[in-house]
Amino acid sequence: MAGPAGLECPAGPAAQAEIVVTFFIRRTIGAVLMLFVVSIATFLIFFGLPRLAGATPETFAARYLSRTADAHAQQVFAEKLGFYDPLWMQYGRWIKAIFVGTDYDYGTGIEHCAAPCFGYSFRTNHAVWTDLLDRMPVTVSLTVGASILWLVTGVGVGVLSALRKGSFFDRAAMTGALAGVSLPPYFTGLMFLYFFSYQFDLTAPGGTYVDFTDNPGEWAYSLILPWITLAMLNAAAYARFTRAGMLDTMGEDFIRTARAKGLHERVVVTKHGLRAALTPIITIFGLDVGLLLGGAILTESTFGLKGLGYFAIDAIGKQDFPQIMGVTMFAAFFVVVANLIVDMLYAVVDPRVRLS
Amino acid sequence: MATRTDTSAPEATKVPAKAIEGRSLGRIAWTRLKRDKAAMAGGITVILLIFMAVFAPLIVGWFGHPPNEFHQDNALLAAELGGLPRGDFLFFENSGISGDFLFGLEPQNGRDLFSEVVYGARVSLLIAFLATLVSVLIGSTMGVIAGFFGGIVDTVISFLMNVFLAFPLLLFAIALVGVLPDKAFGLSGNSLRIALLIFIIGFFNWPYIARIVRGQTLSLREREFVDAARSLGARGPYIIVKEMLPNLVAPILVYATLLIPTNILFEAALSFLGVGVQRQVVGEPGVTWGGLLSDAARNSVVHFMFFPGMAIFITVLAFNLFGDGLRDALDPKSKR
Repeated sequence: MAGPAGLECPAGPAAQAEIVVTFFIRRTIGAVLMLFVVSIATFLIFFGLPRLAGATPETFAARYLSRTADAHAQQVFAEKLGFYDPLWMQYGRWIKAIFVGTDYDYGTGIEHCAAPCFGYSFRTNHAVWTDLLDRMPVTVSLTVGASILWLVTGVGVGVLSALRKGSFFDRAAMTGALAGVSLPPYFTGLMFLYFFSYQFDLTAPGGTYVDFTDNPGEWAYSLILPWITLAMLNAAAYARFTRAGMLDTMGEDFIRTARAKGLHERVVVTKHGLRAALTPIITIFGLDVGLLLGGAILTESTFGLKGLGYFAIDAIGKQDFPQIMGVTMFAAFFVVVANLIVDMLYAVVDPRVRLS
Repeated sequence: MATRTDTSAPEATKVPAKAIEGRSLGRIAWTRLKRDKAAMAGGITVILLIFMAVFAPLIVGWFGHPPNEFHQDNALLAAELGGLPRGDFLFFENSGISGDFLFGLEPQNGRDLFSEVVYGARVSLLIAFLATLVSVLIGSTMGVIAGFFGGIVDTVISFLMNVFLAFPLLLFAIALVGVLPDKAFGLSGNSLRIALLIFIIGFFNWPYIARIVRGQTLSLREREFVDAARSLGARGPYIIVKEMLPNLVAPILVYATLLIPTNILFEAALSFLGVGVQRQVVGEPGVTWGGLLSDAARNSVVHFMFFPGMAIFITVLAFNLFGDGLRDALDPKSKR
């Protein structure tokens, strides 16, 4: 669709809009396809791999039953849950439940599980979907606060470093950034907790979380250390990206042109340099936020924050398959959607993308 | 690499000139690397860490106590403090740091933290190196194939890379370690776990290498020397192995070096979350830095968190410094 005509002479607004729409549709189809592949992989890992490793339909069923259930009960249950069916049929049922819901027949009556149905937990019998929604606010709070913090500091430090290349500030900032990317968040988190909370009692201890709607002040107080911990790691990486991008951009011809036109240096840096350098940063930012929305596993488990990451670790530790599969799909969904949004924003901002 | 073919073009007929040109890239890189103090410091630290891992039993024999030896007498661990070690050192309260126990003692069970940290390097480096090797093997193969053949092959491989990048990797790796059996491929216990971790970490990181190799291959494919080889009748496999690969060694080396610290962090994260290599009381201790940190998180004693954490930090930093320096040294466009 990217004819040479489209590159040379700008097409009319109608044709432009058409190109954008086609691009959006193509990318959306790509995203759906991606989720489809991820769902197959997830399903195979939990229902295909254990089969290869010697699990039987009965052992799957046994997970739903109490430990005292005998072989006969397991067989009946495996039959009921369809564990004897071929894998593709089981996969189909799982996907169908997500889209249109399903009915479970536990023998004591039919239970309806409404549309995004990820099944019920092996242990608690809670619907996985409502559990996921319950955990969402913690993870969203953590991600939003931390991402603002790291975007501002990371990009700020990166730009200043690039503009003062070789200066003391630049070298100190880049050494700091390299140290920052080398620090695991659970180490910094534990040290922060020890000093700021345990020793000096300045911040909330681990495991505290107050909902924003209950008390915004307490909410921020309970999240400040996790925010800093999570932001530090990413701020360091962003400072490095921004500096490299800025150095590349500031060496471009159009910057020289802007300067030659007599533009104020501030305008050259902000309107011409930064704008071009920020585009790839925004891409990475979108992906990072998408990834974190699926659960900031390490930060959440360090601080005992009961978000999606904590939920995932807990589910994996207890081998609760419906929960693990639910949270994996949930997380993958965020990554794919973030990818899609970033692509689309990019296409709006930078016409070269949709033509390629 | 760009300079190599460009400068050798005018005197391509002279065989000795070509040999000198071939050597000079490595030599230029080495002189550049030697001037880069941070990279050299990183490189030397890496070598020391490897020695530490290989000779862990010797080092522990000289400076410490075996990692699975319990020192629980009341002179060392204070029963009235719930098993915290006696003795402060700087801000390490109740650490038990002394000439005998360089990093202090583990609370409650009184194991020598120094020897645990030294032994931790073994698992960490072994898994990181071999996982990187797995990533490099899969990633370079996929990258070269995608870049060289293009078309539908490229589309499929690129899509696959995107799928991998859409996976919540850490989550997947944890889940995968969890569902796998205790015995397989004739291995069991920690040897099986280490093998699985190497494979899983390596398998999930290949798109990182593949993307770079694909990009490089795409640009190499259009270069004159490839056209020349093709016009002389060379076929795809020959061009890939004899013409492309030598030009891909430098970027692969750089990004492999930079992948090692990522893998160290990955392994440490898995151990921290309790799904890594498991601690053993007999035989090879199976102690990991991430595992030590996870134990330390349970009791708020600062030295117990500090030393394993610093071990991860220093190791990762050293690899990052060296990798960055290597990239600058091997990149002809480097602005230094």
